[in-house]
This record gives sequence, C-alpha cells and structure tokens, in this order.
Amino acid sequence: MSNLVSGRTGDWEVVIGLEVHAQVTSKAKLFSGASASFGAAPNENVSLVDAAMPGMLPVINRECVYQAIRTGLGLKAKINLKSVFDRKNYFYADLPQGYQISQFKDPVVGEGVLRIVLADGSTRDIGIERLHLEQDAGKSMHDQHPSKSYIDLNRTGIALMEIVSRPDMRSSAEAASYVRKLRSILRYLETCDGNMEEGSLRADVNVSVRRPGEPLGTRTETKNLNSLRFIQLAIDHEVVRQIEVLEDGGEIDQETRLFDISTGATRTMRSKEDAHDYRYFPDPDLLPMVVTQDEVDELASCLPELPDDIRDRLIGNYGLSAYDASVITEERETALYYEAASNNADRKLVANWMTVELFGALNKSGQSLTDCLVSPKMLSALVGLISDGTISGRIAKDVFCEMFETGKDAATVVEEKGLKQVSDSDEIEVLIDEVLAANQDKVLEYRSGKDKLFGFFVGQVMKASRGQANPGMVNETLRIKLDVSS
Amino acid sequence: MSDLLDLNAVEARKALIKKSISAVELTTAYLGAAEATAGLNNYVNLTAEHALSMAAESDKRINEGAPGLLEGLPIGVKDLFCTKGVTSTACSNILRGFVPPYESTVTSNLWNAGGVMLGKLNCDEFAMGSGNETSVYGPAINPWQGSDKVDLVPGGSSGGSASAVAARSALMATGTDTGGSIRQPAAFCGVVGLKPTYGRCSRWGIVAFASSLDQAGPFTRNVADNALMMSAMASYDLKDSTSTKIPLQDLMGALDRGVKGLKIGVPREYVMDGMDNEVVNLWEQGQAWLREAGAELVDVSLPHTKYALPAYYIIAPAEASSNLARYDGVRYGTRVDADTLDGMYEATRAAGFGDEVQRRIMIGTYVLSAGYYDAYYLKAQKVRRLIKDDFDTVYQTVDAILTPATPSAAFPVGRKIDDPVTNFLNDVFTVPANLAGLPGIVVPGGLTSNGLPLGLQVLGRPFDEAGLYRVAAVLEDAAGFTFKAARIAGGGS
Amino acid sequence: MAVDKTIVAKIARLARINVPDERLEPLAAELNGILNWIAELDELKTDHVAPLASVTDHALPMRDDVVTDGNCLDDILSNVPESASGFFVVPKVVE
Ligand SMILES: [Mg+2]
Ligand SMILES: [Zn+2]
Repeated sequence: MSNLVSGRTGDWEVVIGLEVHAQVTSKAKLFSGASASFGAAPNENVSLVDAAMPGMLPVINRECVYQAIRTGLGLKAKINLKSVFDRKNYFYADLPQGYQISQFKDPVVGEGVLRIVLADGSTRDIGIERLHLEQDAGKSMHDQHPSKSYIDLNRTGIALMEIVSRPDMRSSAEAASYVRKLRSILRYLETCDGNMEEGSLRADVNVSVRRPGEPLGTRTETKNLNSLRFIQLAIDHEVVRQIEVLEDGGEIDQETRLFDISTGATRTMRSKEDAHDYRYFPDPDLLPMVVTQDEVDELASCLPELPDDIRDRLIGNYGLSAYDASVITEERETALYYEAASNNADRKLVANWMTVELFGALNKSGQSLTDCLVSPKMLSALVGLISDGTISGRIAKDVFCEMFETGKDAATVVEEKGLKQVSDSDEIEVLIDEVLAANQDKVLEYRSGKDKLFGFFVGQVMKASRGQANPGMVNETLRIKLDVSS
Repeated sequence: MSDLLDLNAVEARKALIKKSISAVELTTAYLGAAEATAGLNNYVNLTAEHALSMAAESDKRINEGAPGLLEGLPIGVKDLFCTKGVTSTACSNILRGFVPPYESTVTSNLWNAGGVMLGKLNCDEFAMGSGNETSVYGPAINPWQGSDKVDLVPGGSSGGSASAVAARSALMATGTDTGGSIRQPAAFCGVVGLKPTYGRCSRWGIVAFASSLDQAGPFTRNVADNALMMSAMASYDLKDSTSTKIPLQDLMGALDRGVKGLKIGVPREYVMDGMDNEVVNLWEQGQAWLREAGAELVDVSLPHTKYALPAYYIIAPAEASSNLARYDGVRYGTRVDADTLDGMYEATRAAGFGDEVQRRIMIGTYVLSAGYYDAYYLKAQKVRRLIKDDFDTVYQTVDAILTPATPSAAFPVGRKIDDPVTNFLNDVFTVPANLAGLPGIVVPGGLTSNGLPLGLQVLGRPFDEAGLYRVAAVLEDAAGFTFKAARIAGGGS
Repeated sequence: MAVDKTIVAKIARLARINVPDERLEPLAAELNGILNWIAELDELKTDHVAPLASVTDHALPMRDDVVTDGNCLDDILSNVPESASGFFVVPKVVE
C-alpha cells in the first residue's frame, strides 16, 4: 500500500514520529505527597515541594515507577534496571522549580514495539524508542485578566510517562491508529486513564517530508495535541505546508509549532533566536534509580492480558473473524464486556451481536458502553434465547432494541410482547396449509419448476406468524409439503 | 552574667539539669551578649521573645525530669536554614521578608532535643563566599583582631555562626559547608566546626546552594560540645533522598579514646605555593602532637588535590544555577514588576541577587549550556571521581588525614581583590572533602604572630565522625587553646 | 576559548538576569578569568574515567503512593507577591 502524497513536482513521502505524554495513574504526585486527582480548587493539590519553596526536596513515588515499568512491559520494551533523573532547565510561569525533573540520558524504559492495524486489515510494527518518567507542569490561564496570567499548580509534579516512537509512521491515519492503540494498551494496563479531554494523554507530532528513497527531511514538532482529530488535522496541515514550502524552493525550519484549533492550521511557536538550551544534568537531589529484576518479574507476572494477545486468542480459540476480534479488543471495556457476555454462550454469535447490534445502537445513540443499559449478562441471555430456538434472530433484533431502550432483560421482553418463537409443528403445519391454500396458483408454478418461489412461501408463512414461526421448521415443513404432494 | 557565658555546652547542660542555673537565665545572658556585640553584625535577626519562651519550656521539661540532649542550650541558626514563622532569607535580597511555614529537619532535631533558638545568623548570600562579605545585611565581623585592630572577616559562608560562637553571643550554632563554609570560618574564628559526611544531616529545609555538596554541621567552642550538638543534629530523613540510614556512632564516647594505634595520613600535596609559614609550622606541630599521643603518622599522596578547586568551581555553580532558578518573584520573596513575564524574571533576579551570586549563576549556566557541557561539567564530574578515588585509596592504609584548615589566617574586611579566583583559593584545603563527601573537622591549633587563630583540619572516612572526634579531642588537648577573641561578650578583653 | 559580550548576553538571557550593556564587557572579563583558571583541568586525561554525580552509594529511596500533603493553600500563598482567588498572578504570558 502506497502512502505517497503527490505534489506539483512529484511524489513525497511523509515521515511521522510521536512523543506522547501520558499521565500516570497514581494517587499522589511523582515527587510529592500531594494528590494527583483532577478537578480540585486552584492550588489545592499543591505541597511545599510542588510550589518549590526554598529547601524542599523530591522523594519518588514507587507506584509511579512501577506504572512506567508495567507500561514498558506492555510495549514489550527493555526495562532499564538503573535509570537517572535529570533536570531540564527553563523558566516558565507554571514551572516553579525553574526546571522539570525528567529522564534524559538514561530512561527507565528502552526500546519496544507497538503493533497497529492498517485500514486494509494488515498490521504494522511501530518502534518505540523509549519511555521516561517526568513531572507535569502547572497550568497558566490567560483569559482571567487583561494584563495578567493566573497560575494553578495542581498539575505541577504529577507523574507523566513520555513515550517516544521511532519515525515509523507514514500517514496521519497511521499516527491516529498508533495513538488509539497506545491509549488502549495504557487503559488495559490501567497505567493511564487515556482521557484526552482532561489532558491525561497529549501528543507532540514530529513531521517531515522527503522524496521517496531520500534521507530524512527537516522536521517540525507540533506540540500538545489533545485529540485524535487534532493529531490528524495538524499532521495533514503540516504535510501540505511543508510540501508547498519545499516545492517553492524554500527550506523547512526545525522548529516548534502550535496547532490552532480555530483555523486548523499550525503556526510557529518559538523563534529560532530564542531557542531553548535546557542544560540537562543529573538531579543532585536524587540518586540513580535502581529496580531489581525480581521486581520487574513480579510486575510482569501480574500484567493483564493485552489486546494483541486477546485478539489472537479470540481468533484462534473461538474462531472469531479477524475483524470482529480487532473491534472487540480495541478497547479494554469491550473486551471485558465480550468475555463476560460470551462466557456461557455461543462465542461467535455474541461477537456478531456486539459488533453489529450493540455497537450500532451505541453509535446511533452516542452512548458509551459504560452507560449502556444492556449488561453483558443480558446480552448473553438474549443470545441464549436465539441458540435454544426460543426466538428467531429477526425477533431478537426487536427484543434487543427494547432491551437497549428500557433496560429490561430479554426473557421479560419476549414474555411481555408474546414474541416467543412458534416451534410447535402442528401450529406451523396449520399456518403452512393456510398459506398454500390461499396461493394455489403459485403452488402450481412452483411445482412446474419455478424453484425461486420457495422464498415467497417462507415469507408468507413468517408473515402469517408475525415473525414468530421457527424459520428452520418452516423451511423443512414447507419443503415436505410442496415437494411430496407433487 | 559573664560566668554564665563562661560555661561551655557540656558544663551548661550539667548546671541546668542540677538546676543551679535556669534555661531562662542562660538564654537571657546570651541575648544580652548578642546585643552587647551587635557591632559584629553576626545576627541578622535576634528572636529574643521566641528564645525566652523556648527557654521557659526547657525549664519546665527540666523540672519534669525529662531534659533533652540539648535542653536549654542557646543556639544560633545560620540564615540558610528555614525556621517556621521566623524570617529566613539566605542573606539575600531576593528572599527579603520570606517567612517559611515550615522548619528544617536539622533545626527541628535541635529544638526537639531541647535547644533554644536565639536567632538567625549572618552568612554569605546563598552561602556563596569565603568571607561573609556577600551578605545583603553587610559583612559579619570576626571578634578576633590583630595588633593593627583592623576589622577582619570571620570567614564564610557561615561567618555569622563562627563569629557568634567565638564572641560568646551563641553557645552553639549551625552552619552549612559546601566547599569549606563551616571549617574555614571555624579556623578564622578559633572555634570547632564539623562538616559531617554527606548524607548525615538532612538537607530538607535548608536553602540549597549545591545539592551534591551541601552539608549542615555544628559550630561550638570545643570538641566535646561539638560531639554533643552533632549527636542531636544528625538523623535519617525520609524527606531527603540523599540522607543515610547508617546509624550515627556514639560520638561522646569517642572523645576520650585517644589516638593510640591510629594511622594518620599527611598528604604531601597539601603544601601549597604562597602558604603562610605559620600555617606550615602549625601543621607540623599538629603531626607532632598526634605522634606524641601514640598515633602513627604516614606520608600519603592525594595526587589530584590541585584539581579539586577548579572542579568545584564548575560543579557548585552548575548546581547553584539550577537550584536558584526558583527565585523568580512568582511565589515568594522580592518581585520587581515588569510588563512581561520574562521582563519580571530578569528585573527581579538582577535586583534580587548580589554580584557574587550572579557571577556564579552565570558560570553555572555557561558550563551546562549546549556545546560546553562535556568540556566543563562532565570533565569536572570525572575529576570528582579521581579525587574521591584518591581518598578511597589512602583510606585503605590510614584512619584519618591531618591537614591545615586554611592557607592563611583571617583577612581584613573589604580587602579589595579584583580577581575572583584569589578568593576561591581560601577553600583549597576544604573543598576536596566536599567533592568526596567526607567528614572533616577543624579545631583551633594556635595563634599567628599577629594573634590570630589558625586551625587544623582532620578528614575522616565516610560516616566515621567518631573517628574525627577522637583525633580532634587529642589535638584540642595538646593545643590547649584557651585564647579568647578581642571583641568577646562578657568581657574577655 | 574566550567568552565575549554576545555570549555573556546569551547566558544572562538563559539565566533570566538582566545585565545592563555596560556590564557585559567587565562580566566577560571576570568569567574569562575564572574559565581560564578552570582550564587547568585540561591537563588531566579523563577519557576512561566514569563521571561521579553523587558520592552517595545507596539506591534512590522510594515512598508509598499515599496522599500525605497538599491542601495547604495558606502556606503556599503566605509569602506570595501577588495572588487572586487562590491563583499566583504574573504579567500576562503570550504564547
Ligand atoms: Mg516533545
Ligand atoms: Zn516530556
């Protein structure tokens, strides 16, 4: 599959690398005992350490380290038993220390890999270069006062994982599926809630273009994109802009850019004259961080099953289609839902019902799985009624709609509406006889060789039964009656 | 009240527990002494009321029969320590008026042991200096004078602490030592000062200068008092990641163990160009005292000694440039208003930091900046390794090392020196211990012909403060240093 | 290598210290004095020496994931030069 973009003067290849900042799920901050929760009043979740009061010192939160290691394991990455915290020095209003504690030279997690599924169903491995722990900054608000900015340090010092990919992506769609997959893995691992609106997951996108086969072009970095749509829009805009610049004979400046939500365009954030010089050096308040192989092994043994493994299991053991398996495992919630719903039911049928009816209904209503009235158990029961012939698949669709709207369980709906499938052979025979009697002409046509009319008779019988006749039995009995009497 | 001031800490403690004196009486005497010697400018904030109420509490605890290790003993605190509810400024304009809502671990330990805080003591701005002349409050003065009666520096950066203990306006005092800031002033003022092993005293709540080098320690009149104070100061602190769990030895018990059988190294590289003869003579005298007391003196080599100072003047400013970034006018301290955020930062920091601090921030920023990191900072870290290795090697054969404390005695206040490097040379004998994280103690050894004190330094193995006190007690005994400064409270002169 | 006025201005900017133009030259001279003296280190061959960042040889201690701090707005703002409704206030920042 070719990802080339054609310009005025020929084709271009797009090269994309991502730096994702994922907020670590933890109770307290990375280096202070203040709460890492969201939505507190201004400066409420701030300790003396976070406010960088004189003489305050950082002490690391073990759980944040473990979360980073769990994530590294989930990315099949190398865990570095010894890593180092550095200071990244720069001045900013929401950075009280005047430096961010981060990991520059020796990150806690090294190289790993993340598999994405492309539009055509094929998969591609995107290289992970590293994952390191660092502190989040605070928040500046610029719209509270005409000449002042207001600073809230609640976020200051919350643990972030910065996950850096290799420049392995070739289109904005690939970038989006990378982020979607990464987010999914983080949520499976419960190491980050992946909530992009609240800023728990932000991406910096590095984009460059080149002629196919040429060395890498100069890249730009567009910072802090907090939705999949913005990530795609920013990349698409950047690609068009860069190609235009290059085709006009210009050069790309290696620079940091901002994505403007209102215009859908990227623009220069900092001029080169004011380039940052972060003066990284090992934080002397901290010591090299050492974890043992035993600790890593223990964390590995407690890791939940991850989407790729579950997907393989659904295909291999349950015979699900690759498509169904992918859709079901994309989100941890759906995978858990599926496992619960299919535990005592026809696995394939449940998969089918989830991907078609359930997801369709959710999509249409704009609901998420968590606030869906149909619980896994309820879906399981519905599928059970189909399997044991209590209701037909067609009827089941109506039953599901009712369940989805009212939260009633399948048996209740079937009972209330009298939808139970008619499987009584006498009753079906009576129905068939009535239909045949009323359509003598068609019977003759059929018997003279017009086989296609079989479907017509089935339809008439089902109609007469208001859809409740067991279709298998209708088929069978019809065939006997039509063929035998010839 | 002069007899109260004559008591050293160990004696005062006995008298307090016997109730032959009260903590309030003792504190009152020291507050009077501080006022009487106010001309020395060693206090930047005398907290009399606070002191008297703490003393009253001490008396209560003594009456209840539950005195702490430092019960009722009046202590001065270097202004680098954050003290809850009491202005703490690091003697910098940028922290003018800063009142911490928290208490440093070291001072908490002292108050928990019953110590009484007299007030905050002068120091070099952010502990950067060797003469206490960079303080925003003006220089502290050394109570000692030569025959010319010229005002001398008490040394730095803990100059106010050394001056106050020497002038008897504090029975004991805290200091911090990043490159010699306890030991050099102790030598200049004829008192005992210990820089503990890095990690012994918590750095939590102390305004940071260079985090990998900073270490708090005690100033006292004599070695036993020092061991007493150190026993209360040190602690393992979960709030300081570099704090050590290794338990403190019995320091008081070490005092009379003597040095018989100890091997004491004498590093040949500590003979420097331009060193006063009197300094060399005292050093040799010190060796003789230890030999007479039964120690074996061993010639040792610390080959990278001369590189310690330049390495220090890369590492310390580098760390400082980052540590001092938080003083930006946003959350506390001085702010100089401007229209833009950067304008506010630049104006605030230009007005808030003095020349020496600015110079060191600039050096530190430069050596860490892109293109220079490897040549300066990384190089200095490698040299630091070599210096530490030197000590590790020597400590395989000797128990402690004896050196001079300073290349000269105290110098006049305001001595005009154009070349900042000349000032740095004050720290030449003290800096290596900071780079290697080793404990070091300075004890007064004698006087120059001009009547000024000179000190001897003993360096020890990591976490062997007890070993230092053993050697220091022997030196103190042999030196019999009973001279008193000229400008001493309670009428020494 | 010598530090000149331009470099001093650049360092001052990085360190956010306002240095008046007339101070740049003298500061450059002072810094050069110090850097020349530091250059003594170049005598030492250190290619195979591992840098030493800290003398402490224990591993980084770690704390449990428990909220033990925060909720101290009064302490946080007790020394603030300017604040409003619980926020720190600074001159407007334009990104
Ligand atoms: Mg980035
Ligand atoms: Zn980052």
